[in-house]
Amino acid sequence: MRSETPGAPHSRGLHRFALLTAAATFLLLIAGALVTSNDAGLAVPDWPLSFGTWMPPLVGNILYEHGHRMVATFVGLLTIILTVWLWRSEPRRWVRRLGLGALAAVILQGLLGGLTVLFLLPRPVSIAHASLAQIFFCLTVSLAVITSRDWKEPTPRVADPGTPSLRGLSGATTLALFGQLVLGASYRHSLLSLLPHVVGAAVVAYLVMWTAKRVSSLQGRPAPLWRPAVSLAALVAVQLLLGPAAYLSRLAALEAPQPTLPLVALTVAHVAVGGLALAASVVLTLQCHRRFFRREEAPRLAAEKAPA
Amino acid sequence: MTKRKLLGTASILLALFLAGCGGAEKPAEETAKTAAPAGPAVDPATAATITGKVIYKDGKPKANRIRMDADAACAALHGTPVYSQEVVVNDNGTLRSVFVYVKAGLGNYSFPTPTQPVVLDQKGCLYTPHVVGAQVNQDVKILNSDATTHNIHPVPAVNREWNTSMPPGAEPLVKNFPREELLIPVKCNVHPWMKSYIGVLKHPFFAVTGPDGTFTIKGLPPGSYTIAAWQEKFGTVEQQVTVGAKETKSVDFTISPPAGAGD
Repeated sequence: MRSETPGAPHSRGLHRFALLTAAATFLLLIAGALVTSNDAGLAVPDWPLSFGTWMPPLVGNILYEHGHRMVATFVGLLTIILTVWLWRSEPRRWVRRLGLGALAAVILQGLLGGLTVLFLLPRPVSIAHASLAQIFFCLTVSLAVITSRDWKEPTPRVADPGTPSLRGLSGATTLALFGQLVLGASYRHSLLSLLPHVVGAAVVAYLVMWTAKRVSSLQGRPAPLWRPAVSLAALVAVQLLLGPAAYLSRLAALEAPQPTLPLVALTVAHVAVGGLALAASVVLTLQCHRRFFRREEAPRLAAEKAPA
Repeated sequence: MTKRKLLGTASILLALFLAGCGGAEKPAEETAKTAAPAGPAVDPATAATITGKVIYKDGKPKANRIRMDADAACAALHGTPVYSQEVVVNDNGTLRSVFVYVKAGLGNYSFPTPTQPVVLDQKGCLYTPHVVGAQVNQDVKILNSDATTHNIHPVPAVNREWNTSMPPGAEPLVKNFPREELLIPVKCNVHPWMKSYIGVLKHPFFAVTGPDGTFTIKGLPPGSYTIAAWQEKFGTVEQQVTVGAKETKSVDFTISPPAGAGD
């Protein structure tokens, strides 16, 4: 993690706005999952307008598809405001750039959403849309974390005590979680069978347990690491229950003429908790990078600290 | 060692993704390439008829109820519960909406494209008829008789896919399918319970069973044929039939759910 600008003022308003953007993005994830689960992806056949208007009658599956577009538009506006706010008041260049990255991601996400409609749900585009949604959510969560007062307060960087390093382990867990969400989206959009997602769940569970155990063994269990680690472990435990439940509800609905309420509720919950688990892992990774320095840096930092 | 572990984990995830590609199969559809007809026309003086019925062997399956609450305009159209049209067993034990057609044996006869369109209506937030046949390039006239918006979305394998909105009072939509394809699923993404199938053939020898479960295929040239009966849930059964000039032959099909399939 880059070093902070000394004396950089904390903007409570900016931090709260970043939190609002992240919360709205989580709602957008749910809205998107509702579209897929209700088979509503093509309920509105045109884009960017809906039936040539801004507000069509919200009946049947139009409610889910157009509702998703409305929430997405709101999140897009929030992201524009957040990016401008960061650009005008944030002294850390890398944070400003991260804001720009979030803006680019939400624009690309909107275009992918449009392409899925205009090209009648091509699987690669639909999966890319689902995957970029998770990346964008992580970006907004990251912005909320790094604009907080806690983040800006000086924190002594220490050597990572174990092997593998928590920086590396938490990063690998985050990557594995993201890969698992891509596998889930690939199953939902019928590109892959269920098997890769099931095996991926085992890999992710192992990595999360390993990471949580490492954090729990840290002296004093520092809250900035302990809280996201516990959240991550709890969310993944819930996710391991939701996954089979969602699959069983799918089997139970095979004969149904339309998506059933249990199928929709469990699938949406599975997607949403997956997003939250990824976000918890991102927060933990950010905190690990902020707190621990790389082993290669140790001699240099020790030399800097030594009296002249 | 640890880096190796992490690298291994990443490799496993990548391999899982690649290994899973293509694992989910598309529903099998019977298709054939359209060949330009160039043979003789059928002589009406010798034309034969095949008639029969499609019997369901396993009593009456449990019907699944459709919930139309998501669109008040749809729900208001029905005073009584509406059930899925996937498997409809008539009172006489026959099956409705079975697509019966000549699968093989026609040789190189040529068949003009009918000028009359086939009609597919969206009525009561259901497709009427549930299964319909058309010849290659024959117009399919799609109506919306409902006071709500539908979109009509065929999902073909070899023809072009499209998705068109039809608001209440919309002008009829006229489309055709230039390639033979059995059978094209049609759905309305606004109302996910709405499903229909269009069978597109190069020839006119097809029929769909109705409320009495019978079918009649007229105008066949004398010869030996493979007759197929397709049902959306139970698949296809076939029979061999030979008909002489002006002969009428009866062919009954029996369809039963696969062993172990629950109703």
